Parts: sequence; structure tokens; C-alpha cells
Amino acid sequence: MKRFSQLLCLLMAIVWFAGPTFAQAQIPPRPAAYATAPDIPYTSVPNFIKLPPNLYLGEGIGVASDSKGHVFVYTRSGHTRLFEFDQTGEYLREIGEGLYAFEMAHAVRTDPQDNIWVVDEGSNMVVEFNPQGRVIMTLGRKPEAGPGLAYATPPPRTPPPPAQPYIFNRPTDITWDPAGDIFISDGYGNSRVVKYDKYGKFLKSVGSFGSAPLQFNTPHTIAADAQGNIYVGDRGNRRIQILDSDLNLKKIIDNVGAPWAICISTGPHQYLYSSNSNPDNNDSRFVPVSGEIYKMELDGTVIGKLGKPGKLLGEFSTTHEMDCHSENELLVSEITSWRVQKLVLHPVAGDSRATR
Amino acid sequence: MNLNARAMVFACALLCASSVFAQGSVPELPYDTNSNFLRWPDHIYMGEPAGVAHNSKGHIFIYTRTGSVNLSTGTSRTFVRGGARLFEFDQNGKFVREIGQDLYGFVFAENVRVDPQDNVWVVDSGSSMVIKFDPEGRVAMTFGRKPEAATIPAIPPESQPEPPAGAPAPFGGRGPGAGALGDNFNRPGDVAWDKAGDIFVADGHGAAGNARIAKFDKDGRFLKTWGSRGSAEGQFNTPHSIALDAQGNVYVADRGNKRIQVFDNDGTFKKAYQGVGAPSAICITPGAHQYLYASNSNDSANLENGEIYKMELDGTVVGKFGTAGKGPKEFGTVHAIDCKSENEIYVGELLNWRVQRVTLHTAAGKGGR
Repeated sequence: MKRFSQLLCLLMAIVWFAGPTFAQAQIPPRPAAYATAPDIPYTSVPNFIKLPPNLYLGEGIGVASDSKGHVFVYTRSGHTRLFEFDQTGEYLREIGEGLYAFEMAHAVRTDPQDNIWVVDEGSNMVVEFNPQGRVIMTLGRKPEAGPGLAYATPPPRTPPPPAQPYIFNRPTDITWDPAGDIFISDGYGNSRVVKYDKYGKFLKSVGSFGSAPLQFNTPHTIAADAQGNIYVGDRGNRRIQILDSDLNLKKIIDNVGAPWAICISTGPHQYLYSSNSNPDNNDSRFVPVSGEIYKMELDGTVIGKLGKPGKLLGEFSTTHEMDCHSENELLVSEITSWRVQKLVLHPVAGDSRATR
Repeated sequence: MNLNARAMVFACALLCASSVFAQGSVPELPYDTNSNFLRWPDHIYMGEPAGVAHNSKGHIFIYTRTGSVNLSTGTSRTFVRGGARLFEFDQNGKFVREIGQDLYGFVFAENVRVDPQDNVWVVDSGSSMVIKFDPEGRVAMTFGRKPEAATIPAIPPESQPEPPAGAPAPFGGRGPGAGALGDNFNRPGDVAWDKAGDIFVADGHGAAGNARIAKFDKDGRFLKTWGSRGSAEGQFNTPHSIALDAQGNVYVADRGNKRIQVFDNDGTFKKAYQGVGAPSAICITPGAHQYLYASNSNDSANLENGEIYKMELDGTVVGKFGTAGKGPKEFGTVHAIDCKSENEIYVGELLNWRVQRVTLHTAAGKGGR
């Protein structure tokens, strides 16, 4: 018996160490929902984002829109930068020039009061700008740059230090419940969801690295519905975990691939969009099994899908963030194409549900 | 009772009471804050206000950690620049100007102080320099020297090897944190002056940094250094902030040892105050009756502590105010306090990217005490 358990331990250890390497080499199958999900017709607006001369987007990491339809793009450019465009894509302004927290863009979102929030995975900070573009709150703290640049990237495979209430480790995304409480997916280093009150006071966090329920493997994107349920794109586990606003698990959606980006539309009938993005490693073997965006009911019922990997207009090159304030207008930012696309969905016969 | 006997009774009372019971019995001082008095130009963002100070006209200076520290590669070495900026506002919070754009010594802001002649002094722990600007904003004097190049990948300060005996460390210092003779700083924290214009630098941070006070005359000539790493009297564990009273006594916020040490003008130990937490920033008010303020700032990884103490110069705690947090009137990792007057204090918070102007309300007719 003892010997058996020793063997079991050994076996588990082998599986533990081999697991990640094995998974990386493995090309995942098409998501289960792919075959039966109807295609949603859509067009991509040509040249929607209009940049002034001498200004360039880099990797289109984050995109969001506010109540006026203004579009915010958070990009990995020469430096990480944040730009604002109007609802027609005309350039308005830059926000946060030279900001202390702008190191490596990851996500931008707007809250119901039109405050603009950025999540930066290079500085480990979340910064709130008011609609005028001034900083009004910060969460997390950028590690100090000491002599000899003391806090450089740790060597690969260094286990992350224990998660702390007010310190992030490469956070990824942010959302709010109707009470204004703040939820942050954190992230590449930590594997948790953290909840703060609207004044930035820590309330609770849930999650550790793993694949069991309420564990995460790169919680990469997060969104809330009008009831305050929290949808977490658990990318490495290829599933969306739905939590209540106290961070208890309610449901798991696991048939739509790896959720790189999710968003929930506004209005009385809300929909959940999730992108099974083709990875940013440019591995051509992923092309036949990824790249599409799913449209779902909030309970996970798949309504349809759109898109495929590629570099042309209307195709997607590693979708990284999506905005869907309006059900049939998606803003999609892509890593490897350095662009933001505006998609207009054309539901059949004026009823979006007819495509079901 | 003669003065000495009174002092003895005082000391005894402090020993018996302050460290054990101070927390509960310290009166709360009523106060308000204004965190919106600085009007920033559209395209300038503050970042972490590591230092805040005012001059004789009431102008406010902010030395801030902003932007990014940039690296560039030379032939075989890596060079470091950027990451800190110095701004001036008038007494009403109107933006006046930036000083020292792209300055060679601006890497990682630590503090700014203004001397009685309105010169503006900046302490930078990234370049390990102290830089004096004249009131016009031109560099008038420099202390220390920025290391020419940085080590990549980085060696965290905590694990930097101890330099061999007698050899200068890459970022200054020699031996167990005592510092070399002269202005060879290692991550200095703060600067102050006495009436004669002599200069006192608190130097510096971290396990591999210095832990000493360096004194120079007004012309920048090195006079002496005292202190080394440790917890005995006259030793330091991150001497983070420094202030002088009108008599020329030197108050050092010995943050890692959770005490304020008081020395005479020549560095002879006089006394130490405990029971006010880990003082990250201190300042002394001007005027006939001087007070000492000290911030028990929260670590940026939590929202614990955060209160600021008001003390008599003899260490008697008058009261405290504030707590750690992100809301109005709360303090997020205070790194600098500037005593404009007994009841008006500027507070620079690292965690909240904010400078608050604190107004203390003293009981009517009692004048503070």
C-alpha cells in the first residue's frame, strides 16, 4: 500500500511537471460549439480608426467605448499609450502622456460613469482616469526602480510570491458590479480574481493556479452582467467561470475554446461575446482550430459565431480585447495586426435571436 | 524642579507610557484636507510625489516618479535615464513651470526641500545624487555622482554583495553601510540645513545601501559622517528623512528601527523617540514654538497604519491624525511631509499619486496645546 502511494506520488509528480509542456505542444481541437453554431453575418468598417499623421498604433491591446460612443485604444507603441477617438473614429486626444503606470498595456475599460480604467501588466497597476482624463484613483503599485534596476523580470519558472491584497502580479482586466465594487483578474503571475469596494479597499479574492473549479490558469479577461455576476475568461483552462458578486462559483462554460477576450452587451437583454483567439505565437497549426468569436446568452447557450484568423479586414489576428456596449457593434483589438476593427453584425430579419 | 530633573521625569514618563500605551491614549487631532489645489496642465501627469516642499513665497515644489526609467545600450554597458521630474506651482496651486527637464541626475525621485534662501534641493536615489537649484531653477551645486552604467540583469539591493573592505561599491558606500568619507552616496533619502547653512544628508536605503548622516559646509566641503548599519544608538536602518530645529539639533527618521533619533549639530547622540511607528517622513514647523511631525506611513502592500503624529521637539506626542487609505483625508504610503506652519502641512502620497494640503484645527484659544 505504501509502495503504491509512493508510485502514485511519483506518477502525479511526472504528470505535474510534464503537463504544461505537453499542453503547449498539443494543438487543441475545435471548440465543441463550433460545428453547430450558425455563422452571424457581419462587416468590418474600413479604416474606422483614423490616426493623425505621425501617430501609429502598436499592438492593439485594449479597446473600449464610453456612453457617447467614444473609443479608447490602449496600445503597446514606442511607449505604452492611450488614445481617444470619437464615435466615427476621428482622433480626439491622447491621455496620460508619460504616465508612471504606462509600461505594458493590457486592457482598457470604461465604467458606467464614463471613467476610463487601464490595466497595465508591466507596472502591475490599475489606473482610473475621470472623463476629463485626469488620474483619480490607482490600484496596485509599480515596483520601485532601484539602483541597478533592482526589480527586473525574475528568471522564467520562478514561482510567483504569495498573492497580496494590494499588489498585483501582471493583472489583466477589470470590471464592476452594479454596486460599483471593482473586480480585477490577476493575472499572469497570480491566478485569482480580486474584489475591492469603490474606494479601493480590499474585500476579498478567490483563486489559485490550477484547473479545478475556482482555480485559474491565466484569468485573462473579466466582465459583469447587470445582476452583478462576474464572468472570468480562464484562458489557460479554455473555459469561462461565472461567479456571483461574492465570488462563489455559479457555472462553467467550456465549449467555446480559450476565452482571450469577453464582453457583455448593455441593454435589457444582455449577450456574452467570447473570442477563441488564435494565439500570438503565429503557429499556423492553430489556424484551423481558433480565431472565431462566439455570441452567447448569459447562461452560455451559444447563439452564433463569427470570424476566422487572418490579416485581412474582417479577419482576426489574435483578438485581445472586445467592447460590446451595443449588441450588434463590436470593437475588436488585435495583437498581431496592430489594429482595432469595428464590426457591424447583421442579425437575420431584424431579430438577433433568429440566427439561433 | 530644575530642567534636568524635569527632563528625567519626562524621559521616565515616556519610557513607561509612550511605547506601550501611546497608541490608545494619543488624542486625535481634527483636520481637513484639500487634494485638488494643484492645477496640472493638460498633458502632464504627476505619478508618485516622492517629495513636496514650499519656498518663502509659498510656491510648491513636487519631485515625482513619473514616466519610465529608460535604458540604452552603449558598446558594452547599459545606461539609465529618465523617470523623475520636478514641478513648481504658485501659492494658489497654479502651475508655474517644470525645472530640470531631462536632467542627468533625475532617475528615481526621493525628495525635494527648499532652503531658507529659496534654493531648491532634490534628492534622487536612482542616481544617488543631491542637486541644488538656485531660485531661478539653474543647477548651483551637485553632491554625489550618478553611476555611469547599470547592471543588467539587475541585482536586487537586498542581495547585492557586500563590497570588499575598502573598495567603493558600484553605487557608493564602503563597509557595512557606513558610507565613504565624502559625498559618495548610496540611495540617499533626504537633505536638511542648519542656520549656518551646513548641509545634512540622510544616506540611504536598502540592505546594500549606506546607513549614515553626512555633513557638509555651505560651500559643499565634506565635514563629517556618522552612523552605520545597525540598531544601537547612533546606528541606522534606512535613515529615510531628516530635519533640523532652530538650535541645530538633527532629527533622523530611522525608519527600519522604528524610531526618531536626535543628535546635536556634530552628530553626538542625544535621545531617541519611539512609539510613533516607523517614521517614513518628518518635518519641523517654523516659528518660535516648533513642532515635529512624523508619518507612520503604510507599506504600499497594505492599508495598515498611516497616521501622522504631531510632537513637541522633546518627543512628547501632542496628537495624531489620519489613517491609511485611498479616500479623501486618508493617506496612501506617505513619502514626504512639508511643515508650512504649525497647522498647515503638505503630504505627498506614493500610493495615491496625490498631494494633500492638510489643515489642522486646534482647539480655540489653546494655540495647539
